[in-house]
Amino acid sequence: MSETIKRGKPRRGLTVVLMEFLGSMNLAITLLVALAIASVIGTVLQQNQPYNNYVMKFGPFWFEVFKSLSLFDIYGAPWFLILLGFLLLSTSVCVYRNAPSIIKDMRHFRLDVQDKSLRGFHHSDEWHSIYDPKKSVSELGKRLSGLGYRVRVKQHPGHMTLAAMKGSVSRLGYLLSHVGIVVICIGGLLDGNLPLKWAEWRGDIAIETRDIPVSEIADKSILSPDSSSFRGSVNIPEGSSANFIFLGMRDGYLVQKLPFTVELEDFRIEHYPSGMPKSFESTIVIHDDELDEPLKKDIAVNHPLIYKGHAIYQASFADGGSKVALGAWSLDTPLREPLQIDGTIGTDVKLNTPRGSYTLELTDFKRFNIFPLSQNDPSGKKFQNYGPSIVLKLRAANGEAREYVNYMTPIMVDGRPFLLSGMRTSPAEEYRFLHLPVDKEGGIERFLRLLALAQDEERVRAIAQHQAELELGMPRGEEAHTRFSEAMVGLLQTFLDEGIDAIVDHTEKSVPEEKREEALSSFIRIIQGILGGLYLELLAEEGVDTSSGVSAEDGRYFDDAVNAISLLGPYGSPLYLKLEDFQHIEASGFQITKAPGQNIVYLGCVMLMLGVFFMFYLHYRRLWLLVSEDEKGAKVLFAATTHRERGNFDNEFEFLRQELRYLSGAALSRIE
Amino acid sequence: MSATQEYLQNEFDKPSLFKRLGAYDWLWALLVLIGSGVAYSEYSSLMDSYEVGILFGSAIGLIIFGWYWKPMRHFSLVVAVLSLAAIGLYGDELTRSETNFFLKYLIASQSAIMWMNALFVMATLAYWFALAIGSEFSGKVGTALTWTASVMGTVGLMVRWRESYLISHDVGHIPVSNLYEVFIMFAVITALLYLHYERRYNNRAMGAFVLTVISAAVGFLLWYTFERGAHEIQPLVPALQSYWMKIHVPANFVGYGAFALAAMLGIAYLLLERFPGGKLAARMPSLEQLDDIMYKAIALGFAFFTVATVLGAMWAAEAWGGYWSWDPKETWALIVWLNYAAWLHLRLTKGWRGKPLAWWAIVGLFVTLFAFLGVNMFLSGLHSYGQL
Repeated sequence: MSETIKRGKPRRGLTVVLMEFLGSMNLAITLLVALAIASVIGTVLQQNQPYNNYVMKFGPFWFEVFKSLSLFDIYGAPWFLILLGFLLLSTSVCVYRNAPSIIKDMRHFRLDVQDKSLRGFHHSDEWHSIYDPKKSVSELGKRLSGLGYRVRVKQHPGHMTLAAMKGSVSRLGYLLSHVGIVVICIGGLLDGNLPLKWAEWRGDIAIETRDIPVSEIADKSILSPDSSSFRGSVNIPEGSSANFIFLGMRDGYLVQKLPFTVELEDFRIEHYPSGMPKSFESTIVIHDDELDEPLKKDIAVNHPLIYKGHAIYQASFADGGSKVALGAWSLDTPLREPLQIDGTIGTDVKLNTPRGSYTLELTDFKRFNIFPLSQNDPSGKKFQNYGPSIVLKLRAANGEAREYVNYMTPIMVDGRPFLLSGMRTSPAEEYRFLHLPVDKEGGIERFLRLLALAQDEERVRAIAQHQAELELGMPRGEEAHTRFSEAMVGLLQTFLDEGIDAIVDHTEKSVPEEKREEALSSFIRIIQGILGGLYLELLAEEGVDTSSGVSAEDGRYFDDAVNAISLLGPYGSPLYLKLEDFQHIEASGFQITKAPGQNIVYLGCVMLMLGVFFMFYLHYRRLWLLVSEDEKGAKVLFAATTHRERGNFDNEFEFLRQELRYLSGAALSRIE
Repeated sequence: MSATQEYLQNEFDKPSLFKRLGAYDWLWALLVLIGSGVAYSEYSSLMDSYEVGILFGSAIGLIIFGWYWKPMRHFSLVVAVLSLAAIGLYGDELTRSETNFFLKYLIASQSAIMWMNALFVMATLAYWFALAIGSEFSGKVGTALTWTASVMGTVGLMVRWRESYLISHDVGHIPVSNLYEVFIMFAVITALLYLHYERRYNNRAMGAFVLTVISAAVGFLLWYTFERGAHEIQPLVPALQSYWMKIHVPANFVGYGAFALAAMLGIAYLLLERFPGGKLAARMPSLEQLDDIMYKAIALGFAFFTVATVLGAMWAAEAWGGYWSWDPKETWALIVWLNYAAWLHLRLTKGWRGKPLAWWAIVGLFVTLFAFLGVNMFLSGLHSYGQL
């Protein structure tokens, strides 16, 4: 690209002005920088997320502002494409304007150059040769050819002109690199989704935003198999097949039909000992009427299958509808037998509980959960497999949902087994884990029995009254005793319903600051006292002799149980859903693309790379020797020019000058 | 010296690189070819055809590089001897890194890398000392230390490559797969680029500036090692198991190294412009020379960065299913590219020189740094291989 500013020329045509504007260096640099800045926005603001995420993050006002600027899909935004278009245009105009002169420059030796203009060169010199012009020219020409110059000679009346040039490919570098950019953009355009945007704008297609089966999707959202280019993905469970993919579009998707059917026969994951995935591999079968027999191939990451111009990539994996069996333990009526639920991952189950009806969404299943252990773990192992887990969502009638992840097998924490269940209210949060202590039988029945006791208001009241009498010396029947014991019952109820946090909140609201700590610790003592009383009753029921105190093991179990109970309020589920059995079915995620522009883009890339290296590493030089006869032999006028980098040329010119002078017999010493 | 006609006749044929090669150059070529031949016969069963291509391509590249820049021959031979010694000492036992004296204290990868770290910091001090008091000797020490540090860093990477295979066959890979490994490569490449310019312009004062950025990388490496245990060799995730990694990553780091060097020279340029005529000016190259080296470094970086980005796109087409996905790393690579494209246009076409371009080169380093580090730290995407 070059800048040609021609001032003071009146009345230029519109085309000329336009061409000058488009071809101007200032525009080009402005566009380069503007594109860079726009790209920054696109990386800082996560692109193509569900719209709800943006609303939550920025609020409705800014969401609308950002949406109207297409900031959520910046690289597909009209203004971004226009910027790209201008860069393309600017580059093209530059090439168009400069190419003729460059090509001319490369081919023409300019043998008719005048001595006056040569003397005006920054690099020029004159000397006498002891040889006649003809011999001088031939000697010097030989030397220059030896140095890699292309040489032409022309006899003029009165003098001979020798013109030489070297590295003219460097000038080609400019053309190659800039045409390369244009070619890349054209290739990219072929693979882009402009036709889709056009069709959408005309109303020929409509984006589907609902999560519904493919069979129910309207024709307007389905694209025919002969689309010129696309890039989409589909999850196929083992044993199933698909002849379509989904193209993500802003807050929805389109269905792209394929001219063949892909069947997933088998999906395999291998792991390193650390649990890190080592390989993902799918065995797929292509069914196509044009094939004599189905085509069976293995594909893996970095090893796609190209079929009929469609590239099929191993992109991801997911659960393909594993069958799971769950035991649903009620946390409101802990002594009831658990309800058995059989379900499939990806489907919903309706549940009726004392707290109302819920929809249980079986979201995901994982067969392994390998996590790193701390470096000084006594087992000496670096990783631990926590076994299978299931991810569930429990959606209340009002639409609010909590997400749970439940591990199937007990996990040892500080040497004691727990069943872990994580809960979060939004995907942005980390899971908070409920540790349910596992009893000697390997279940949580004992914990539920203690929970049942704690929920039995009569038994709690009995213990509260007993403790009020015994420990505070309040006689039964007095009003203070009744009030105090009822307060104890209420406190425990709050603890059960809302957890320890609610009690802390309550204390902060109702107790003056200086007494808060004291009050809180007495509240906790009361809660522990009541639960401890209940636990002693439980131990008695189990036939444990507690006359000489509670064993350390039972004591720890109690602490763990109290911790778990304190979290049941925030846990927010009427049920604990224990994964009891599963049949794992995997799905493989494929990305399927048709990119006819890919090879064009690669061609452009090769041109760009060659061009850049040519420009930087081949040096373009032109030399002229004007040789005319004089009394001593010949007079030599030498001039040289280079494209850019005049400074670096100084040494080379000095070398050439000395060399040529020497060969003319003009100097006696040479400088290396 | 006066020359005879005969001498001249010889001089006529002088120019081609081939004819200027001496016996040592041919010996060098032979050694490299033998080395890659041995590597091929030993390991060809583990390589696919692309990797065989990369092996012989890099052998030829190394031969020519050694011819063009002679010190590269010594450098490579020393690296080869030390690396082979370490591999020999290891045998098939990774635990020898604890029992063998030479491995433990010198050339096991971790030890070699620690030596590199220490030597780079010492070299930085030596260069600064030389710049401050004008000691030529100290400058020479700086050069020697920088060469040694580069040798140790390269040996560290070579041995680490072998160690990864000693851990387990399926863990083995070329050590350019995570932030720790590429930081070592960054330090070594930047140092070698600098040494090249140092020799060419016969000036050691620039070393103080360039080695400072290398020392910063060393600081990061130390933090990364001791705080995060990043030096432990990790196996490769499936997306990285490709021959593309072998060419995409090194090409990228020639770019990053050159950009970093240019930015440090930019700082030197601005200082020199601010304080002309002082001792600094006496010891530094001229402003024109600095400007020229800065341009050369950026041109080199830009050329390699272009290649690296193209290779990255081709790899992305194979691994992620599309040559361009506007992934944060891709986008930032584009931003870096656009930035230096603008720089080069300003210099070459608009004829800008000096101060504004020096500032721009310094800003460019931050843009580059974000592309190379910031994206991994703050943005999530497909290219999340080097997370902090």
